[in-house]
Amino acid sequence: MIDQTLKKVEILEQDPNTRNKNFLEVALGYMGLSETMAKEEAGRCLNCKYPKCMDGCPVGVQIPQFIELIVSGDLEEAYQKIRETNSLPAVCGRVCPQESQCEAKCVRGTKGEPVAIGRLERFVADWHIKYAANKPIHVAKNGKKVAVIGSGPAGLTCAGDLAKSGYEVTIFEAFHTPGGVLMYGIPEFRLPKALVQKEIDQLRALGVEVRLNMVIGRIYSLDELKQDGYAAIFIGSGAGLPSFMGIPGENLKGVFSANEFLTRINLMKAYKFPECDTPVKVGKNVAVIGGGNVAMDAARCAKRMGAEKVYIVYRRSEEEMPARNEEIHHAKEEGIIFKLLTAPTKIMGTEDGWVKVMECVEMKLGERDGDGRRRPVIIKGSEHLLPVETVIMAIGQSPNPLIKDTTAGLKTEPWGGIVVEEETGATSLPGVYAGGDAVTGAATVILAMGAGRKAAQAIKKYLQA
Amino acid sequence: MVHMYNIVKKEKLTPQVTLMEINAPLVAKKAEPGQFIIFRIDEDGERIPLTIADYDRDKGIVTIIFQEVGKSTKKLGAMDAGQGILDFVGPLGKPSHLDGVKKVAVIGGGLGTAIAYPQAKKLKSLRVQVDAIIGFRNKDSIILEKEMTAASSRLFVTTDDGSNGNKGFVTDTFKKLLSEGKIYDLVIAIGPLIMMKAVCELTREAEIKTVISMNSIMVDGTGMCGCCRLTVGGKIKFACVDGPDFPGHEVDFDEAISRQDIYRQEERLSLERHECRLGKN
Ligand SMILES: Cc1cc2nc3c(=O)[nH]c(=O)nc-3n(C[C@H](O)[C@H](O)[C@H](O)COP(=O)(O)OP(=O)(O)OC[C@H]3O[C@@H](n4cnc5c(N)ncnc54)[C@H](O)[C@@H]3O)c2cc1C
Ligand code: FES
Repeated sequence: MIDQTLKKVEILEQDPNTRNKNFLEVALGYMGLSETMAKEEAGRCLNCKYPKCMDGCPVGVQIPQFIELIVSGDLEEAYQKIRETNSLPAVCGRVCPQESQCEAKCVRGTKGEPVAIGRLERFVADWHIKYAANKPIHVAKNGKKVAVIGSGPAGLTCAGDLAKSGYEVTIFEAFHTPGGVLMYGIPEFRLPKALVQKEIDQLRALGVEVRLNMVIGRIYSLDELKQDGYAAIFIGSGAGLPSFMGIPGENLKGVFSANEFLTRINLMKAYKFPECDTPVKVGKNVAVIGGGNVAMDAARCAKRMGAEKVYIVYRRSEEEMPARNEEIHHAKEEGIIFKLLTAPTKIMGTEDGWVKVMECVEMKLGERDGDGRRRPVIIKGSEHLLPVETVIMAIGQSPNPLIKDTTAGLKTEPWGGIVVEEETGATSLPGVYAGGDAVTGAATVILAMGAGRKAAQAIKKYLQA
Repeated sequence: MVHMYNIVKKEKLTPQVTLMEINAPLVAKKAEPGQFIIFRIDEDGERIPLTIADYDRDKGIVTIIFQEVGKSTKKLGAMDAGQGILDFVGPLGKPSHLDGVKKVAVIGGGLGTAIAYPQAKKLKSLRVQVDAIIGFRNKDSIILEKEMTAASSRLFVTTDDGSNGNKGFVTDTFKKLLSEGKIYDLVIAIGPLIMMKAVCELTREAEIKTVISMNSIMVDGTGMCGCCRLTVGGKIKFACVDGPDFPGHEVDFDEAISRQDIYRQEERLSLERHECRLGKN
């Protein structure tokens, strides 16, 4: 019998007014759903013969199959089914933009809510972590060394796939902690760091060596890595270079890039200051500029750090916001104030150079531009002041130029993205592959993972030839 | 097993200033004058940038010199040879450009002398004529006098209170050299922002190219946070990747001076808490 309910099974969450004061995960309980609830939700899947949902998944997770295994209570098998194509289910179940991918295509969504594919993925992954011990995998090493630069989702996936096939993989990570954006960007309340740590431990168990504090381009050049015996190199260095707007007052004290703000809080644990040594400054009134996941994360962190009023200042309307629906929804529940169709023009400071007020203008949506979104236009005479002490710029990141600048012959786009062959991730240099945000510019975890996987395949082929 | 970076040698240069040699062969192999490292002592520690004062590629050692001003530098200063720190990243930043000059004035203020030293040393090895002027608060806070003597053609040491017999600021000595008709094709000024600003005012008038070294607050040191930003020639630059050396005449010093004290309050709190704990133990 097919479950006819139009709504998803509700996930258990911390009360918004409690959670906006702590850094614990929003969803309550480890898995968000109980087994009964998960089965109930899984029962809503129609098990379509030609499942549209799978078309929406960038890595082609076998969605109806894993959901059916939940219905029959074979949770470990369900997990293994997802793992066949997705190496980070616990992460993706939490951070993928399901509403524009798998769930957007789910036929149940034409009338009522789609099946909660993301929540089910997360449930299965968490169940696995809690109850099923990872079987130790013994892989015979084939003696071929591969270097992976960066330990974000792209690098981790590429390393994992290669290690499973016997390659000797070394990850070189610039930071003192592996995980990339999963560790320094996405906050604990959305993606518990212990989960990411588990994924990295698994890689280590597979024999992957993780070398921290290694800024490639400085400590080793790509050529030196090759001389050291690495037969192939994968670049997964992400898009870490923050953009600023170029408006007056951006260097006042109290203006941060979202990267700085989030790194201080997530990676350096500034929310535990002074127990941890790294501080962060958060005023009573905070404006976050931007409308993506990064902006939502920064705003919700600011609230948790004790800010009274936190504004999201975004120059288009809510419809155009690139953030996941769930993040927008959670942010609103937590009391974040949305100032839409608004753009900052100037930041003004006190005599001592601290942010005091931000001048904004109102916008209206005009003609559609190249990417099909309506272009915001300034409404004349709409200047107004927003008193804030902290301004956080979350208007985008581009790839860090360090590797490009220190590697002769590595082709890049004018904006910094590494040029690759779409299907393989091969760069302009032989034996050097790239993927993830370093290639696409800031995108998503799942796309980075998919790119890491593709490159791993191509590297295997290259090294077998 | 956690990898640690071992302290090979520790030497107190003055009661506040400590020199340490750290075992970091890969960093030593690549280090060049002008570059820096970032260290973190332990799991709860902050990331602190320090200029590379010297390196020995054969022994795999990097020398750092630091003033014990905040919690982390005090904590590091209290450690001894044989102990290890958790993280030591580098070499970061662009190496100093020291080619194609003949007569250079190297001006170091206080701890800035430790940053100026490897540059002077390198210049000397390139057979450049180096006049070095280094200034300190008093006689007891003088560091690297011997090393700077070896790394320069002539060395002038000034003290604010005159306790070494040469009272005045580095700018006073430098002004005197200029008025005597000394000609330089490059001035390297490294020290407190106020001092670098003052030197730049002198050299702007005299139209001498001047390079300064920024000592900004940093987190990652690789260009991903923007916390180290400053305005140079009207544009935003990141000290950690675009610098730390910058053309002095283009730097907005007033902004940099203002940004330096963003975390002053927190630093004080952190330090007080640290010292209070030490007192209890
Ligand atoms: C705050 C925030 C929230 C986000 N939220 C979501 C979300 O909800 N859903 C979603 O799908 N996506 C989200 N994203 C985007 C997603 O995190 C990225 O697209 C993804 O992490 C990219 O993976 P990557 O492996 O390419 O790079 P990254 O995760 O950026 O990892 C790159 C790694 O390389 C290291 N590195 C860089 N240069 C060097 C070097 N020279 N040498 C050695 N190591 C180097 C970096 O330190 C880093 O660890 C978010 C991003 C941010 C910043
Ligand atoms: S320290 Fe983060 S960009 Fe320079």
